[in-house]
Amino acid sequence: MRFLTFVRTRCAQGLLAGAAALLAATAAWAQAPIRVGAFLSVTGPAAFLGDPELKTLELYVERLNAEGGVLGRKLQLVAYDDAGDAEKARTFAKRLLEQDKVDLIVGGSTTGTTMAVVPMVEQAGVPFVSLAGAVVIVEPAKKWVFKTPHTDRMACEKIFVDLQSRKLSKVALISGSGGFDKSMRGECLKVGSKHGIEFVADETYGATDTDMTAQLTKIKGSGAQAVLNAGFGQGPAIVTRNYRQVGLTLPLYQSHGVASKEYIKLSGSAADGVRLPAAALLVADQLAAGDAQKPVVAGYTKAFADKYKADVSSFGGHAYDGLMLAVNAIKAAGSTDKAKVRDALEATKGYVGTAGVVNMSASDHMGLDLSAFRMLEVRNGNWALVN
Amino acid sequence: MGSAWLQFIASGLTAGAIYALVALGFSIIYNASGAINFAQGEFVMIGGMSAVTLLALGLPLWLALPLAVLASVLVALIIEKLAIEPARHAGTVTLIIITIGVALFLRGLAQLVWGKGVHRLPSFSSEQPIEWLGATLLPQSLWVMGGAALAVVALSAFYGHTLLGKAMRATSYNRVAAQLVGINTRGVLFASFGLAAGLGALGGVLIAPIAFTSYDAGIMLGLKGFAAAMLGGLGSFAGAVLGGLVLGLLEGLGAGLVSSAYKDAIAFVVILLVLFLMPQGLLGGRGSERV
Repeated sequence: MRFLTFVRTRCAQGLLAGAAALLAATAAWAQAPIRVGAFLSVTGPAAFLGDPELKTLELYVERLNAEGGVLGRKLQLVAYDDAGDAEKARTFAKRLLEQDKVDLIVGGSTTGTTMAVVPMVEQAGVPFVSLAGAVVIVEPAKKWVFKTPHTDRMACEKIFVDLQSRKLSKVALISGSGGFDKSMRGECLKVGSKHGIEFVADETYGATDTDMTAQLTKIKGSGAQAVLNAGFGQGPAIVTRNYRQVGLTLPLYQSHGVASKEYIKLSGSAADGVRLPAAALLVADQLAAGDAQKPVVAGYTKAFADKYKADVSSFGGHAYDGLMLAVNAIKAAGSTDKAKVRDALEATKGYVGTAGVVNMSASDHMGLDLSAFRMLEVRNGNWALVN
Repeated sequence: MGSAWLQFIASGLTAGAIYALVALGFSIIYNASGAINFAQGEFVMIGGMSAVTLLALGLPLWLALPLAVLASVLVALIIEKLAIEPARHAGTVTLIIITIGVALFLRGLAQLVWGKGVHRLPSFSSEQPIEWLGATLLPQSLWVMGGAALAVVALSAFYGHTLLGKAMRATSYNRVAAQLVGINTRGVLFASFGLAAGLGALGGVLIAPIAFTSYDAGIMLGLKGFAAAMLGGLGSFAGAVLGGLVLGLLEGLGAGLVSSAYKDAIAFVVILLVLFLMPQGLLGGRGSERV
């Protein structure tokens, strides 16, 4: 008799414990955070890309959580620093996919680190929004890979259109040895003829070179009417300084890869007069009142400056766009189901971001057109909108 | 065509002056210990980065630069006392590996202290390029070449006319004999580290306005300075200067006339050729061992 009572008590206790556990589990599951994975080049040669990107993601994850999260769930950012190394990027992406089990990835500061991770992401079937520049990331369109920055091909075309308006056609190209540099150089050579551009010189320099006077001297004697420096990092700053040193007065165009105050600071007064295509974000205060992007870029500029007391760069803006596109897709899909989120990302229409207005499709996983780029000129150490 | 050559030579000599300073540092420490100090490049970097920090703190340029050189010398002396002297009885290979470890340590420390950004020093005088026979030269290049020349002259005066300098020369000829005549060879090694760091840091502050500086600027400069020292003859003072200038010229002319994409490879090809064909370098004497 005592034994049966004992068993019944034990069963009751067990059932109660089981029920409690089940309730807690369901409650916990409903509160399970949305895990956003990120691998960024926060340190290393691409630190000026990854550092503002990480800061932006952290800032906006915090803000979104303060506003109640997404679909009632908190966002959790899992970020790793790949230091610009494609191998490290692959290792961290593997960790994000297999150990951290993230719902989607916003990351890949450079083309090199992004491309290293693409096969893994395609195989795992996880949406991946890249923050890197080269056109090869979305061409041909890969099922799970999207990107927010303008492509290098668009930068070439924007520059060529500007050159045409200035009636210049003979261009000397100078580029570095990095992935972005090589990609942009290739794209410019490909699309040049469509805009009546003739390339009279094609010089290169090493990523850590500190003196480009030799290449610029050769360009001086080549009959060029304008010079295009397709590169990023410290190389373009040295090219700009050497440019003035060797006495070149031809128009100098840089790529959107150096659209940051860091470039102006390193180049000093030599940067005055340099033109480059960039996102409207850099000239938020110079945009017309009716510009669709003005409220978005002004809002981002204020939020970033308030928290970090630093100038905004278009790279941080790309991270903002990436996170917002992902969040909007999760809301549209109503869940974090990877396939549904991917479909929602692909169906993005009319999203106004810092880079421009985004309209994606099955064949276009970037969604920007040439109007998303503005032509800027450096005047007195600051950006100025060229009309 | 002539002005283009002149431009290549001008930029080559500027770089060559820095390589000469770095190469001198290698030769000085090699003479005092028989080992190659692979942390030499980091002394150059510490000079440049310290100058950036001191300037940012508000010090005037003429004060920040000597203090930056002093900072690098201090670091080198501490390294010598803590890492090199305890191992002075170990073989040269051990010492070399220790210096590689020191280099990695200093680079890592630099990352923590200064971050990974790239920095520029302001030019010492004006930024207006000087035109000369069709080529343009930055005034900073003249500072580089002049500064390096002054350092070389001061060094030869030091070696020829001061007691410590003569003691260092004696140690480089024959360490045992120097000890027998009462020279403190441990002190000579100590002073050598300081001197090598001072020369390297001088190069670092001179080149920072042109080539920028960052926590990893020491890697390439150290390797190219080593190539220059090997080219001129390791241990030879005049050889280091000659090797630096020749390497700089080869780089400048190679980049201009052959291919600019492989400029860095020139220094490494030079190391290989020197090791294969004339390991004693241009001015190094033939060594012989008593069997």
